[in-house]
Amino acid sequence: MLLIPCPHCGPRDESEFVYGGATRAQPALDGKTTVQDWQNALHQRTNPRGPIEELWFHSGGCETWITVTRDTLSHQFSDAP
Amino acid sequence: MRYSGVSLLTQALRRNRNWPAFVATPEMSPTYDIVIIGGGGHGLATAHYLAANHGITNIAVVEAGWIGGGNTARNTTIVRSDYLLNASFALKNFALKLWSDLSQDLNFNIMYEPRGYVDLAHSDGELEHFTVRANAMIMGGGDAQILDCDALQQRVPELDLRTGKRFPISGALVQESGGVVRHDAVAWGFARRASAAGIHIFQNCPVTEIHVSGGKIHGVETPRGRIACKQALITVAGQSSAVAELAGLTLPIDSINVQAFVTEPIKPALDTVLNYNAGLSYISQTDKGEFVLGGATDGYNSFAKRGSFERIEDVLARAVQMFPFLSRLRLMRHWSGTADIAMDGNALVGRTPIEGLMINGGWGYAGFKATPAVGWCMADLLATGSMPDLLAPFAPSRFETGAAQDDAGIGPYPWLH
Repeated sequence: MLLIPCPHCGPRDESEFVYGGATRAQPALDGKTTVQDWQNALHQRTNPRGPIEELWFHSGGCETWITVTRDTLSHQFSDAP
Repeated sequence: MRYSGVSLLTQALRRNRNWPAFVATPEMSPTYDIVIIGGGGHGLATAHYLAANHGITNIAVVEAGWIGGGNTARNTTIVRSDYLLNASFALKNFALKLWSDLSQDLNFNIMYEPRGYVDLAHSDGELEHFTVRANAMIMGGGDAQILDCDALQQRVPELDLRTGKRFPISGALVQESGGVVRHDAVAWGFARRASAAGIHIFQNCPVTEIHVSGGKIHGVETPRGRIACKQALITVAGQSSAVAELAGLTLPIDSINVQAFVTEPIKPALDTVLNYNAGLSYISQTDKGEFVLGGATDGYNSFAKRGSFERIEDVLARAVQMFPFLSRLRLMRHWSGTADIAMDGNALVGRTPIEGLMINGGWGYAGFKATPAVGWCMADLLATGSMPDLLAPFAPSRFETGAAQDDAGIGPYPWLH
């Protein structure tokens, strides 16, 4: 069971959240973006065994997207929210 | 040694002291035609069919753990092919045909029991969707029936069909050729036949490097030495991303935890496999009398191999909706596996951008049922170099071309699992 450190509400049960996956940079919409850029941004994953910076939507609380860093091996959240 | 009544009796008279190990422990050669990275069901099936169908035996299977110690032995043993659309149905229905003869083919009892797979519908609309699916399955050469509540009650007498529930049951799609297979016997059976054919299987032997230059694969590095090869297959389930990274590849995969549970054993009460569709909870009873339960993924990236209580509660609450008597049973065991899942929830099978390097991954928690078919087709691909029709839709490059696979027959949409 994850106790997710919400910066607005404090530590809350994972059942209050919807998962948003790892954070990722979107390509700039400047006309120079290639298919490969979009492929990388939309589908390719680093999928780390270790710390992952990820998004959660606190649907059962403050209703905002939060960014946290969690270790995928230990499920420990790092201190900085 | 061929297993038979005679061999059983002979060995019994010798007090069972002379059974040979079913996987040999050979010396590693510096060169093989094909290296299969991952000695799970899929990898071993590929090795077996390369030998049996194509006569290629100069193959190394390198497994980081031991045979039958990975996801092949962590699933809930269900085999079925109840898919609406051709790509998913055709591959899994081919697998179902192979499952039915596999004990004879392997001379190893994999305990395929076609006890029927019952997919419950919870509304008239869902039952209509199931009817479309059943018709598609029949037209594709599979077997399927739609049962109304009365017929369903006869088929599964213990099922609680009382009305007034939050998710009432409206009927079911039943595939009688679906059922269960003893999962670790699959790994053992394929390993035994592959080993007997002369294929070298190395356990406790992780691949630490993959040598690529000029866009081609040249070999792999293991703690027991370097292996040169012209072709290799990555088939490592939950470790797909990490192993592909050794070759400099990034995959469209997230690794997610999936849990399964076993209750204490009781007398036989359930002779089929049931799936509850409002949420997800699938259940069957083993020959020992334990109920095996599983559900959806935990939903977030994890390699921890331990799950959330939230999902346990979720799966068990649904199971109790089907069978109220389960509420009095205790869970004896509970475990997790790491499932590698692509955006559209479907597998990645085929060529990588590196010449000679194939991948078979992204099966999520749906890989077991496809084991023999994937092995068969992947052996074709490795031996002949031409892409089998059954595998073509699962090309890893499908996201680039916009050909995402619709697994559930409800339109391809992201985050399917």
